[in-house]
Amino acid sequence: MDGTADKHSVGIVAPQTARFDEPLRLKSGAGIGGYELVFETYGSLNADRSNAVLVCHALNASHHVAGRYAGDPDNVGWWDNMIGPGKPLDTNRFCVIGVNNLGGCFGSTGPQSINPATGRAWGADFPVVTVEDWVDAQARLADHLGISRFAAVMGGSLGAMQALSWTIQYPERIGHALVIACAPNLSAQNIAFNEVARQAIITDPDFHEGHYYEHNTKPARGLRVARMVGHITYLSDDEMASKFGRQLRHGKLNYSFDAEFEIESYLRHQSHKFSDYFDANTYLRITKALDYFDPAAGHGGNLTLALEPATAGFLVVSFTTDWRFSPERSREIIKALLDNRRDVTYAEIDAPHGHDAFLLDDPRYHRLVAAYYDRIGMEAGV
Amino acid sequence: MKTNAMQRPDFAAIANWVKPGARILDLGCGDGSLLRYLNEQRGGIGYGVEIDDEGILASARNGVNVIQGDLERGLSGFADGSFDYVILSQTLQAVRSSERVIREMLRVGREGIVTFPNFGYWRNRLHVILGKMPMSDNLPYRWFDTPNIHLCTITDFEDFCRGHGVRILERIVMRDGSAVDFLPNLLGSLAVYRFERA
Repeated sequence: MDGTADKHSVGIVAPQTARFDEPLRLKSGAGIGGYELVFETYGSLNADRSNAVLVCHALNASHHVAGRYAGDPDNVGWWDNMIGPGKPLDTNRFCVIGVNNLGGCFGSTGPQSINPATGRAWGADFPVVTVEDWVDAQARLADHLGISRFAAVMGGSLGAMQALSWTIQYPERIGHALVIACAPNLSAQNIAFNEVARQAIITDPDFHEGHYYEHNTKPARGLRVARMVGHITYLSDDEMASKFGRQLRHGKLNYSFDAEFEIESYLRHQSHKFSDYFDANTYLRITKALDYFDPAAGHGGNLTLALEPATAGFLVVSFTTDWRFSPERSREIIKALLDNRRDVTYAEIDAPHGHDAFLLDDPRYHRLVAAYYDRIGMEAGV
Repeated sequence: MKTNAMQRPDFAAIANWVKPGARILDLGCGDGSLLRYLNEQRGGIGYGVEIDDEGILASARNGVNVIQGDLERGLSGFADGSFDYVILSQTLQAVRSSERVIREMLRVGREGIVTFPNFGYWRNRLHVILGKMPMSDNLPYRWFDTPNIHLCTITDFEDFCRGHGVRILERIVMRDGSAVDFLPNLLGSLAVYRFERA
């Protein structure tokens, strides 16, 4: 189906760029002098600007959340099944904003950008950015767009961490947080997987200490292994079993190290595609942002205290087969919200797809998000 | 999911007991209509616990707080004494571990409120005497598709309370939406109790 035929698609979209000259102080203590953020918007802001929804992306996604590009109709937004006219996040009612985070590789200022101090690409010198830094940068984008308060901030996985952080950092600027497939921090196992990914990149001979752009190369092999590791953690065992099982590509064993099983072939193919469009320095930084996210850390590990400033209403959704950010991790967030007597709806969707379920089209999940947005829309007067 | 009529007879009785602005936990909240009713009548903040996907969706549509979970697995996500009232409305007869659920209600809440169909109601007795399992508005299921595994009478429930350190504070027995004071275990079809730890 093409973009014009699908009446539930936002259709052809185009990214915009916002330039910020005021330096941004980062959580690490470092700063960034000036920067650009690439973003897209769908739907229109109403007269009192009460219907804006920010959608935050996870590890490998971008500002291209919904719709298609005129020159590249196959490049469909990563959450297109969720956002559009008549979809759960209905662009007939809401003005939806997607933004590529600082340090990203889809146009916002990041390791591939020119460092004004040196005149060459930042590369390894691009600072480590955190979820909190991203939220600060997003708040400036909101200022730039004349949005003083978001009706909602929404995300899945790392995107959900940003939505959660919004409720703590800017409680007065967010009406609702939709926190999907989230965790209040990474477990040791989660960090371990990220470290394997980072080591794969850093030990690739083409990494050149992060300055590989100058060598006209990139650590593609490392990035592929990193992506493979990540990809495995996004899927459930059952999902892999039903999709691939032990199927062989050529019907028999060849006693070689070629991709013999379908799952090997799939991982190789996916990771090749990924290494073509994603930047390794960005990947390293985003995995660090994941590892560092821990709002309770500043409160002696007490998430209830960390969430005390939050005043937003919450929709929290987890998926039963998500072993990366399991339902137990979402229940920690629920507990902290209950302790603070916040308004919360929590659903545990019994879906077989693992962590990636948040991107898929499950009617129970989508109907619930739609119902929740209906409530937000009534509050926002749209 | 429990499908609640817009206002079941026990709703008004519960609303009368609940102090304005109270913190309420409704276990097995179904479509959230009791919470919505209590919120409209009494304000305060309420949460529902519901296991069923359709109940979660309906509660979200009703605009009430709801948490998906299995109350049979305990209420570990809820701190001791964190609610003024914990309500179990027409659900007691369908839970497997009734003792544990009542105990958890009184751990999490200062007071508990339960409502259940009175199996001692004369029509139910008559069904059994005539050799059939009872069916009625309060017990709408057939023997083979009923979720009700722990049906009890008013006398049974009060014996249970005495034996389990539960002090009954108030009781209303109803039939067709009206209170029944005379021979309640025989003439009442629905029992509503408010209780605390003895």
